[in-house]
Amino acid sequence: MAKKSSRDRMKNEINAGSMADIAFLLLIFFLVTTTIAEDKGILVKLPPWSEEEPDITKLKERNVYSVLVNAQNQLLVREQPMRIEDLRENAQEFIANPMKRPDLSEKPTKAIISLKNDRGTNYETYLKVYNELKGAYNDLWNELCQRKFGIDYSEELPVAYRKAIKAEIPFVLSEAEPTNFGEE
Amino acid sequence: MSKFSKKRGKADPEVSTASLPDIIFMLLFFFMVVTVLRDAELKVKVITPYASELTKLEEKSLVNYLYIGKPTKQHQATYGTKPRMQLGDKFAEVRDIPLFLEKHKVKVPEAKRPRITSSLRVDGEVTMGIVQDVKTSLRKNGQLRVNYSAKKVPTN
Repeated sequence: MAKKSSRDRMKNEINAGSMADIAFLLLIFFLVTTTIAEDKGILVKLPPWSEEEPDITKLKERNVYSVLVNAQNQLLVREQPMRIEDLRENAQEFIANPMKRPDLSEKPTKAIISLKNDRGTNYETYLKVYNELKGAYNDLWNELCQRKFGIDYSEELPVAYRKAIKAEIPFVLSEAEPTNFGEE
Repeated sequence: MSKFSKKRGKADPEVSTASLPDIIFMLLFFFMVVTVLRDAELKVKVITPYASELTKLEEKSLVNYLYIGKPTKQHQATYGTKPRMQLGDKFAEVRDIPLFLEKHKVKVPEAKRPRITSSLRVDGEVTMGIVQDVKTSLRKNGQLRVNYSAKKVPTN
């Protein structure tokens, strides 16, 4: 029998037993630092800055849906007080105007929602109002999309579909500079 | 001796742990991929309101965060209780916004810059005054894609 060299006798292996421990350590680090909660919110496209105020008095009164939120978080919609819960339905009726009433918008493409708030308005109330107005449009888009393509409206739809929907019911929301009431 | 007990005696009772590192590594890689390191410690109290018409923010690297809320307890002695804005990890004024936006912008590849979104994480109790100032500043700086951060209304 040939004499074994010292090299052969050595086991050429790294002990991998501690590998699991190292991996565990890293795993626990990432478990602790991780935040899976993703960020969701209402996506808004702000209008570009311009010095002059947009003049909505030029528009026909029937096409403007003015929403005022005051510093007491009360709602005034087209000179009428309203509860936030009723806003969505009312806005939908205004935009679509299914009964062709003369005091509501001529057609969805002409409808303009004008939102105005005080500097003292609660952010939560403001967002709730914005949410309801956006919701009104979302519901209308869903309805139209169901009628046209048989599916619900969503941001994942092909661009052509979304363009077709938006051409019929564009989202027009103008925000006026707030009035200086009730600032903290 | 019976047939069965013989077989049993020969079998190795140990479960092999050789694949344990692989399993742990798999978990590790999962967490490494989904993880987003907490970039800043919040110095203001932010409890975002509830909303239903939500959009998910896609690429985290294209989002910059602006926090608005009342300073937390340990900062109230220095900064008072009036709502303040936090950019990055420190308190900031509205006039600091342009620099903040620019600093974030240079980190983003040019092709993706139009899709940069500002996430406004605002506490529900804050009044609109400061939010309005921030919005005006964002508009003046051409940062028009804004996301009002909100939580989903629990359904039940």
